[in-house]
Amino acid sequence: MVARAFDEMTGLGAECRQGYEIVDNWLKTTPADLLRRRQHEAELLFRRIGITFAVYGDAEGEERLIPFDIVPRIITRPEWDRLESGLVQRVTALNLFLDDVYGRGEIVRAGIIPEDLVYKNPYYRPEMQGVALPHKIWVSIAGIDIVRVDADTFYVLEDNARTPSGVSYMLENREVMLRLFPDLCARHRIAPVENYADELLATLKSMAPRTASADPTVALLTPGPFNSAYYEHSFLADKLGAELVEGSDLYVRENVVYMRTTEGPKRVDVIYRRLDDDFIDPLAFRPDSVLGVPGLMAAYRAGNVTLANAVGTGVSDDKAVYSYMPEIIRFYTGKDAILKNVPTWRCREPEALKYVLDHLPELVVKEVDGSGGYGMLVGPKADAAKIETFRAKLKAHPEKFIAQPTLALSTCPTFVEEGVAPRHVDLRPYVLTGADGVRVVPGGLTRVALEAGSLVVNSSQGGGTKDTWVVDVPTPQQLQQIHQAQQQQQASAKPV
Amino acid sequence: MLSRTADSLFWLSRYVERAENTARIIDAASRLAALPTGYGSVGNEWESALAASGCLAAFTEIYGEDATADSAIDFLAFSPANPSSIKNCLEIARFNARAVRTALTAEMWETINSAWLELKTYGHGELDLSRLADFLRYVKRTSLAFDGSAYRTMLRNDAYWFTRVGVFIERADATARLLDVKYHVLLPPEAQIGGSLDYFQWSSILRAVSAQTSYHWVYRQSLKPWLVADLMVLNKQMPRSLAACYENITRNLDQIAQGYGRQGASQRHARSLYTRLESSDIDAVIAGGLHEFLSEFVAENGRLGSLITEQYLV
Repeated sequence: MVARAFDEMTGLGAECRQGYEIVDNWLKTTPADLLRRRQHEAELLFRRIGITFAVYGDAEGEERLIPFDIVPRIITRPEWDRLESGLVQRVTALNLFLDDVYGRGEIVRAGIIPEDLVYKNPYYRPEMQGVALPHKIWVSIAGIDIVRVDADTFYVLEDNARTPSGVSYMLENREVMLRLFPDLCARHRIAPVENYADELLATLKSMAPRTASADPTVALLTPGPFNSAYYEHSFLADKLGAELVEGSDLYVRENVVYMRTTEGPKRVDVIYRRLDDDFIDPLAFRPDSVLGVPGLMAAYRAGNVTLANAVGTGVSDDKAVYSYMPEIIRFYTGKDAILKNVPTWRCREPEALKYVLDHLPELVVKEVDGSGGYGMLVGPKADAAKIETFRAKLKAHPEKFIAQPTLALSTCPTFVEEGVAPRHVDLRPYVLTGADGVRVVPGGLTRVALEAGSLVVNSSQGGGTKDTWVVDVPTPQQLQQIHQAQQQQQASAKPV
Repeated sequence: MLSRTADSLFWLSRYVERAENTARIIDAASRLAALPTGYGSVGNEWESALAASGCLAAFTEIYGEDATADSAIDFLAFSPANPSSIKNCLEIARFNARAVRTALTAEMWETINSAWLELKTYGHGELDLSRLADFLRYVKRTSLAFDGSAYRTMLRNDAYWFTRVGVFIERADATARLLDVKYHVLLPPEAQIGGSLDYFQWSSILRAVSAQTSYHWVYRQSLKPWLVADLMVLNKQMPRSLAACYENITRNLDQIAQGYGRQGASQRHARSLYTRLESSDIDAVIAGGLHEFLSEFVAENGRLGSLITEQYLV
């Protein structure tokens, strides 16, 4: 049975936690039909701007809206500061780990992590072995999935070190909140997220190859309009002021990458690619890929173009490698991980497998290389047949799975059919690493499982999003002033 | 800018313009078809509407010889089998817009995206006349709003110039075809010039390009076919005339050449066409055969499109 969930606004009881006072008051004093109207306006706004995502294998909904919840999620500044230092530590370790395993492999030699887990990993790219990346940075853009279980405990659920998506929702959600609820926003001191694109551009430019000009050309490589995250690609390219290129827009001559422009060829120095390793170069990887650029890997290895993220980073966000993150962090930084890992059973280990098979109804089982909430078993929610299917899968290929306890994910107040109700959430902050340092924009993407009791927050499976506010905690005097001002405002608005 | 982006912008604006032109043709044809026989409907009004849209052959292949109001309107407005049906035009336009969203302003994107969302509310088999009128108004409104937002919000750089060139090449094509169809298909040899039949035919052309008032302002006399031709071919004051389109095409192509510091085949070709239009007078054009003149123009205008593609878009 899932333990009772910690609510980020009310804790375990009915008190209001610090940071949520203003939102609590707002929810109590705003009529439900007004909230409903605003929710509807938000939807119209999203649809008109065209913020959609595609769901694979769904003919009807070629383009769908991600549901947006109008109740913001609050994280107080002290909570965020701790998260941030943990994120910086973790991503720094991820980069050191990748540079090591594609270099001397000391962590393997030290026996910290099994050799086959790294070098037989499907995401390990032998093409990258011995390649010295100019700035030793492999993961420029990381999305770290975090869940919370009580007032003090945050767990890292997953590291996304390949092509993490969702950051456009972080930015658009804030934009929509500012448009719909300017008063509520003004009553808080919210850390801005609008500078994300500037930070990203600075990060990407800092990674330019040495042969690039002083003002390097950055392009965003997309698989094209049929990709589920295409909206985000075009959104980011726009904010970056970078060209949004498809594979066919690029070509390689003498190990230099060019894009075809109306003025003839133009050299490209940094490619923020939102295309998986497998597809980027038909000469190096999948020969049937029409999305990639023939010769790109050769140009990359020659050091004439930077790819962000680097090729081969998937070896670090594999869920089996994930289970070693506490050791990885200690090995490279000499310190204990600030952010905890969820306790994880590696089914490749016989004892762990035995435990998992004996406790399937209470565990979450995931494929080591799965993503998007697909191919996973949530024990407490599954029927007997599904559990037996997974039992068979586990016995056949134990190395493909890990298992974790079912966490009582925290909930946040969410505006649903029946009014404001608690729903489970997670958080994906984005961590940028450039030659000039690590940057974390305060906040991130909060995903919310809109169905009561559901723990699956993935947008492809009915999850929604919320704006995430990192706020300074007001003093009691400030709080009192804010409440008074709000009452006056409502009183003067009443006659309408 | 990326060649693919320029290509998408060019075609995006062509398709929006084409949707509007087709809407205008349907509008004019329904008006003519509504006249009592003997005034308007010598020959088949819907057949000439299909011809003016350049899709008569495709229509005949599917529906056979006889174009009715229902089948023609369906084909021109909604049919997926007609690549230039209004519905297809707006869908392709929106697909192109989505592919080059970063090159569009928010206003342009919102216009085309809302139009695409609204498109779903109109469909096959809903040929009730007032509903059709709503639909045509919606198409014209979309094109006006799109053109207007481009004009008012885009940076004046190559992206803008390529959209302008696209609009005017498409518009020149539409004007030439409209005129050509009316001139040689609809005017039966025995009909007397200046008769009432003529009057409705020519006034329907003016109506299709919203130029009835303009005609009277410019010529201050009753409708004469050669003056209608003059207005639509050579008069630069008339925004849909071939001369006005080419004035705009040469100017925008020159802007592109200036921006890039290099002239090319498309600039030379456009300028030579424009010079020819500027130095012609309508009597000479009619004496040499208006139909021949227009067919040649349509071909040369098409060639300009190919030259632009070769020079910039691939």
